Amino acid sequence: MMTAKEYASRVEKQDFVLANRRDIGVDKVYGSQSFFRDAVSRFTKNKGAVFGLIMIVIIVVMAFAGPPLSGYDYRTQNLSQRNLPPHIPGLEFIPIFSGVSTQYANGQPIRTDMYELKGIKDVTHIFGTDALGRDQFARVWTGSRVSLFVALVAILIDTLVGMSLGLVSGYYGGKVDFFLQRVVEILSTIPTTVIVTLLIVVMKPGLTSITVALMITEWIGMSRVARAQTLRLKEQEFILASKTMGESNRSIIFREILPNIFGQIIVMCMMTIPNAIFTEAFLAFIGLGIPAPLASLGSLISDGFKSMTMYPFLVAYPVIVLALLMLSFNLMADGLRDAYDPKMKEM
Amino acid sequence: MEKTLTIRNLSVSFSTSNGTVRAVRNVDLDLYKGETLAIVGESGSGKSVTVKAVMGITSNNQTIESGSILYRYEQNENWTERELLKLTHNEMRQQINGTHIAMVFQDPMTSLDPTMTIGMQLMEGMMHHLHLSKQAARKRALELLELVGITDSEKRMRNYPHQLSGGMRQRVVIAIALSCNPDILICDEPTTALDVTIQAKILELIKEIQEKTGISVIYITHDLGVVAKVADYVAVMYAGRIVEKGTVDDIFYDPRHPYTWGLLSSMPDLSIDNSERLYTIPGSPPNMVNLPAGDPFAPRNQFALEADYKEESPTFKISDTHFAATWLLDERAPHVEMPVSLRRRIDAMKEGGVSHA
Amino acid sequence: MLKYVLKRILISVVTVLVILAVLFTMLHSMPGSPFNDEKITAVQRANLEAKYGLDKPLPVQFYNYLKAMLAGDFGISYVIQKNMPISELLRARIPVSIRIGIQSVLLGMVIGLILGIIAALKRNSFLDTFATVVSVIGVSFPSYVFAMAMSYFIGFRLGWLPLLYSTTDAARSTIMPTISLCMFSLATVARFARTEMVEVMGSDYMLLADSKGITTLRLLGVHGLRNALIPIITVLAPLTVELMTGSLVVEQIFAIPGIGSLLVSAIQFNDYNVVLAVIFIYSIMFISVMLIVDILYGIIDPRIRLAKEEKR
Repeated sequence: MMTAKEYASRVEKQDFVLANRRDIGVDKVYGSQSFFRDAVSRFTKNKGAVFGLIMIVIIVVMAFAGPPLSGYDYRTQNLSQRNLPPHIPGLEFIPIFSGVSTQYANGQPIRTDMYELKGIKDVTHIFGTDALGRDQFARVWTGSRVSLFVALVAILIDTLVGMSLGLVSGYYGGKVDFFLQRVVEILSTIPTTVIVTLLIVVMKPGLTSITVALMITEWIGMSRVARAQTLRLKEQEFILASKTMGESNRSIIFREILPNIFGQIIVMCMMTIPNAIFTEAFLAFIGLGIPAPLASLGSLISDGFKSMTMYPFLVAYPVIVLALLMLSFNLMADGLRDAYDPKMKEM
Repeated sequence: MEKTLTIRNLSVSFSTSNGTVRAVRNVDLDLYKGETLAIVGESGSGKSVTVKAVMGITSNNQTIESGSILYRYEQNENWTERELLKLTHNEMRQQINGTHIAMVFQDPMTSLDPTMTIGMQLMEGMMHHLHLSKQAARKRALELLELVGITDSEKRMRNYPHQLSGGMRQRVVIAIALSCNPDILICDEPTTALDVTIQAKILELIKEIQEKTGISVIYITHDLGVVAKVADYVAVMYAGRIVEKGTVDDIFYDPRHPYTWGLLSSMPDLSIDNSERLYTIPGSPPNMVNLPAGDPFAPRNQFALEADYKEESPTFKISDTHFAATWLLDERAPHVEMPVSLRRRIDAMKEGGVSHA
Repeated sequence: MLKYVLKRILISVVTVLVILAVLFTMLHSMPGSPFNDEKITAVQRANLEAKYGLDKPLPVQFYNYLKAMLAGDFGISYVIQKNMPISELLRARIPVSIRIGIQSVLLGMVIGLILGIIAALKRNSFLDTFATVVSVIGVSFPSYVFAMAMSYFIGFRLGWLPLLYSTTDAARSTIMPTISLCMFSLATVARFARTEMVEVMGSDYMLLADSKGITTLRLLGVHGLRNALIPIITVLAPLTVELMTGSLVVEQIFAIPGIGSLLVSAIQFNDYNVVLAVIFIYSIMFISVMLIVDILYGIIDPRIRLAKEEKR
């Protein structure tokens, strides 16, 4: 710390005049980032979220490019090439693509090169073939389309049904709100699995019934969030101000409320997606999925599980893709939540 | 008069994602036994950080850069000295907090544990520090509740915080702070979260307790009205630094720093002619990450000298009790008077006996 | 408090009735009848339907069914085990499912709590990162992924634990199902516990309690944990749903004779009396969990326990 004398010596005599600056009390504005750019930079700094985003892009690309790339389609059977392990000619040195089948007899592994046995060393099956000789690579990526479709359905349901009902119920209140709240209360005391299972039992298994089932269950969470947020915003000054200025209800909802709750809506959407994908995979597993020869990840897992000890590769690849998809959506949802509201940051 | 707390050259900084914030810079403060020190300043001026350092409440990104906090207390008629900054967190908790230095927090609505009865929250500190039995602690808790003016104390002991009003909760918080007979009570804006009518009662209560127990009090506030009511000594902080300090009379009747002038001018006063527009200090507190060169107050100061833009002023001694950090006190400085309206106000206060107390 | 509990119970009873009504009407609009056998003539079918009361109007059928249900008589199975009373079918299976369910919730809760609290107290440490990874994986992967992986590697390749459930070795048989089912609870609880604990630790009342100078153990155990636990209890309800869903698949994988696998086969065989009964059981379980959660919440949180009945 300097002594008073040292301090004083650093200022010259001529400095002791009133400064009389004109900008007294004018606040300097420090370069602050816009909220959106701030959120983007927070999102990109989150390694998990970026990983999730990249994985989702890869899976989407593969879902469409994968089957044509393999040169097979999901339904052509080839009974001479049944249950073949994964094989890529030229990459046999990688154990998982060697085309060697390992069976266990009394705990002792017996290895057979299936492709050599059948004299088809030049045939490629990246994920192997199933019990009917269909290329598993084509089937897995075709199946992942179902999961992606379900994700899309979930987003649509969330925004069209959940968000609208939540907004209306929160904004107008009264009888509509009371009625909707009772429906939500009862629906949320029934386990969703039960609702979905019952519905599919009543209707025929297929994409339509899965969509309907999702429609009945998945809007609840979103409508709750939208309603709570609307209720909170409704009481705030800027909405009251718009009201007193004579703005119509519709324009208040779309211009004032919606932009302000958009972040929460997106986050909630992202959280519903893994749920929807899981529901489809679960239904497929217990035999209520889309009918053959179409495949979904869930039905592939279910089929593969039946011969898991013999042909583990049949179940491994669809499980890995499904797990990666769920993980990626969850990571991205977390990342978005943190980016949108740093205070909400959890883990 | 015995000094109980001596803060010397205290500097505290925080590392944030935007850079280092020097929240407290070279602070010197003294607290005498049985007296009240008020630290005044806008939010972000470093007043809370200063007292939190005294309490040993630190956050992870905080560094104490320099300084000492010397605490002296009387034990068996001997004065003992402790250097608080040298104690570990646990030593602070075990030996100082509660029993020697206690704190009343700003918001009584959030500073009580919602899941525990008032009685238990009062008793747990006593049972731990004073080794009282449950019955003895209970008896003392009842006395404390009476002391802070809670009448149906038996019933209140069994209540949970949510069953009490804000003023009542603040009384409980004060009772908790007093429970282990501390020598120093730190009140961090104890009345800002309360209704105006209750504010006055709480202030009176603390004053009353001070008279009864001889405890020393540090007030943190941004409200000069509170300072006028309770303080013996006043320290005015701006941007982490003490810009002026002195007895309450020094500050109210003979303010020297332009910032203090601004604060006093902006204080609403019912006794003064209302036709005058209430003064406000232009601008807003500085961004502590991007502190401008020179005196941080210069950009808001209509009395700023060119010198203020170049270098921060040292602290000048005006009297034995009165200090201020402004170049206006330098011998080379032009003669600058406080604003006329403030002069008139102060004169009116002096004459009319419109006491500030 | 009594009024609060009674109100909760009343709501639960109403919900059970609503659920049963919905299920009953839905199941009766199903395409298949249990007597879809082509060998049965129209007359025989009519006789059968009369025998089981299927020819009466729906409200009467529902009333009869309700009466029977409340008496603990769930009717008989038409397909899965012909003419076997469902209550008997269930009696053997419920304990198995409940055992695995409780084991996995307890395991998940305990480990999740420990992990979450340590992560919150040692923020940004290695353990915190570990807890984050575990919780993201646990929430993301369906329980059958864990079940299959364990079943293949531990059950089949290493042979350490029974691949399929066996009644003679029940305890060891439940290890793998319990672990795979507990992952979701573990992850959710860890995540929640960390968030809550971080928030509680930063609260004013923790600061005040800390500044009293009480011991760290008391500070964390009495003030911290209790406040953090209150919101954690609410996740019990979604955990139960997840557990029921998971058990349907996991019971299939390990061939566990529980009610989950029973429901799956009942759905596949169109045995709707059984479906109705199992779903009734599921609903009862779920509603009781919700009821317990509500009451527990009341006990732990004095703000609810002592609240005057101001809400409706």
